[in-house]
Amino acid sequence: MTEVTNRTVTIRLDGTDVEVPEGATLLDACRSERIDTPTLCYSDVLHPVNACRVCVVEVEGSRPLVPACSRTVEAGMVVQTDTERVRHSRKMVLEFLGSSVDMSYASADVHGWMDRYQVDSGRYGPPRAPAGDRDERKAHAGHHGQVDGFTAETVAQPEKVDNALYMRDYSRCITCYKCVEACGEDAQNTFALTVAGRGFDAGISTEYDFALGDSACVFCGNCISVCPTGAIMFRSEHELREAGLWEPDEQHVTRTVCSFCGVGCNLDLHVQDNRIVKVTSPQDHDVTRGHLCIKGRFGYDYVQQLPDPLTSPIDEVLAAARESG
Amino acid sequence: MLKGVHNGATLYCVDPRRSESAEWADVWLGIDVGSDIALANAVAREIIHAGLANQEFIRRATAGFDEYAAAVEPYTLDRSADITGVPAEAIRDLAHAYARADRAQLCWTLGITEHHNASDNVFALINLALLCGHVGRYGSGLVPIRGQNNVQGGGDMGALPNKLPGFQDVADDELRGKFEAEWGVAVPSTPGRHLTRMFEGIEEGAIHALYVIGENPAQAEADAGRARRLLDAVDFVVVQDILLTRTAEMADVVLPAAADWCEAEGTVTSSERRVQRVRKALDPPGEARTDREIIAALAAELGHSWGNPTAEEVWDELRRLSPMHAGMSYRRLEEHGGLQWPCYDEEHPGELFLHARLWDDPVTGPRAPFTVVEDEPPVDELTDEYPIRLTTGRHLDSYNTGVQTDGYRSPLRHVGRSGAMIDVSPEDALRLELADGDRVTVTSRRGSLDADVRIHDGLRPGLVFMALHYPDETDVNLLTIEAWDPKSGTAEFKATAVRITKLVA
Repeated sequence: MTEVTNRTVTIRLDGTDVEVPEGATLLDACRSERIDTPTLCYSDVLHPVNACRVCVVEVEGSRPLVPACSRTVEAGMVVQTDTERVRHSRKMVLEFLGSSVDMSYASADVHGWMDRYQVDSGRYGPPRAPAGDRDERKAHAGHHGQVDGFTAETVAQPEKVDNALYMRDYSRCITCYKCVEACGEDAQNTFALTVAGRGFDAGISTEYDFALGDSACVFCGNCISVCPTGAIMFRSEHELREAGLWEPDEQHVTRTVCSFCGVGCNLDLHVQDNRIVKVTSPQDHDVTRGHLCIKGRFGYDYVQQLPDPLTSPIDEVLAAARESG
Repeated sequence: MLKGVHNGATLYCVDPRRSESAEWADVWLGIDVGSDIALANAVAREIIHAGLANQEFIRRATAGFDEYAAAVEPYTLDRSADITGVPAEAIRDLAHAYARADRAQLCWTLGITEHHNASDNVFALINLALLCGHVGRYGSGLVPIRGQNNVQGGGDMGALPNKLPGFQDVADDELRGKFEAEWGVAVPSTPGRHLTRMFEGIEEGAIHALYVIGENPAQAEADAGRARRLLDAVDFVVVQDILLTRTAEMADVVLPAAADWCEAEGTVTSSERRVQRVRKALDPPGEARTDREIIAALAAELGHSWGNPTAEEVWDELRRLSPMHAGMSYRRLEEHGGLQWPCYDEEHPGELFLHARLWDDPVTGPRAPFTVVEDEPPVDELTDEYPIRLTTGRHLDSYNTGVQTDGYRSPLRHVGRSGAMIDVSPEDALRLELADGDRVTVTSRRGSLDADVRIHDGLRPGLVFMALHYPDETDVNLLTIEAWDPKSGTAEFKATAVRITKLVA
């Protein structure tokens, strides 16, 4: 067995000496001290890619701010998490994202951070008309046109609905790379998603922008489970939202075990009106750390022999769900 | 497994098809269907001859090495290369890598066990682990990967003809007496029949009634035509299921059941022996009741008052009777996110791996025996009339006979990456003048069906593949042979001899 080491180091965090395990990140240290730290591209189950920079903190002796999510602690480090420089930097990150991306489906935490740092995305002007050629420009990096200086450039673009299980709305995408990591080495090892394009034109894409069904995608839904802004979403959730019938407050979440193979993935069934509307998996469970396959994520229709939600009016689906209970 | 590969593990993949796992492997050994023992015995011989066997472990913890070493002696690299279709150099390479590794695991699924000599295939792998001491240590071991969420739990709970819960033998008076005392009834001391023997019993006129719970033998059995004839011959069939399966359609009585994993409380046990809670999230439809309620009500009709115990009460009874589950209270299962048996008391953390006792010096308990096994080709022989080997398997998005997975809209099925079809190698397609999407008739000694061709470069010449999930479109078990392993009762789903003829429109 590998030897377990319990060595700790002491850092000075916001003026307090704090003992943290060797190898921990500054984010771990902040969390252990209950210092609420904003994150967007960070996940407990993915390798940090340092894309969003919203978790930055000030470290004495370091010229640039450092990302708390990936910087490991060193003995004697002096760290400030709430200086003017930190607050300003976090504000700018959130403000630029807010001005260019539809953040409305981001978590309550994200909206809380936007309030805390007094984010005012409106000050960059009204949103510019959506560009019709974003996908084309991804293929020809550097062809981004001149900005006009009084409207806010956005990533607004049409939704991609090319299969029965997922929809992609890259108007909501902050290019945090989480879906790329989950699709790649950190979970699924499928590599169907990557970042295409450069600079403001960069965005998540399949190879040659193929429809998901024609790409390498295996529909595990692990990209959806890590997306912080709803840019990739289950069709089941999307249709209910579109119909104004998505009621998270009325959903019960029950943990159980997948009915298919012998791995023993834990499922959190999100149930609204006696109907499974979404399946997630707990990230803090050892078996698969929140990741599932297509069967566990989507193969539940057989327990709800209800009208097909994709072809039936949604109120009919919900009425049938209520009756079946 | 891929996490292991990313961490630097070497992956050898033995599979007749160049599967997705094979694509990740350092080495793919494209083996002829049903020649696994010839490969394993050649690996063993090479390890022994190269002086790489773990002599210390063999001496201390095993029995029967000399007979085993003598038995594998005829399996030279060249001879086994002829039998298996795997180049001698690749067999040698695998042998050396396995024997020299600090830690190594042998992982397998139904490619090993769905053969007429399934148990011998498994023994051949156990022999290799014993030969190198790759068992009973952290990171090493023998890993049968389960295909169903509770196939492990089913066996653990005594759904085996010769075992009571916790693998306690029905023939052991003392163990059986413990159950008789708890239950207040006599328990038969003779083993019952496994599924294959039940079908024999029907054929012999010894079985007149069947009570089928959550199983679809009308479509899942090998040689499905025979299975359906026999099911038809039974006087009285009761099917308890969540859906009206093909088997349920043949039943005299259907008892609608709730889905265990989301409409009832209980536990399931995964491949790694981890017992985990399943919980009720939905109300079952209509008059469906949980299996527990149905069985208790049935017992009441038969004159036994069991009341209406909760899932936890049933579980606690098991904990009193099965020592390996004794420490697994519902509270602890919640707290730990499941526990791995054996777990003997409420202080016991459960076991990450088994057989550590083999490393005690001197060894605790009985020595682990080598088992002499010989190559035995598949029963369904290849001949000029049936020259092509059909093997069956699974697609990622589907499950068993499709009862649970037909209904959801998998995009993989809709773009032809899975679904009802026959995979043919490019070489055979050329020879038989087949193109993608051509319709062919596939005929075995037992039956015949039509299917659409998908040319797939993961297939080797002479090998075709069909998935078992789509019996309404391609009823592959009409073709398969019910030749079965006398030790496990498993049929040889993996090796059917067929011929393919192109249908001319």
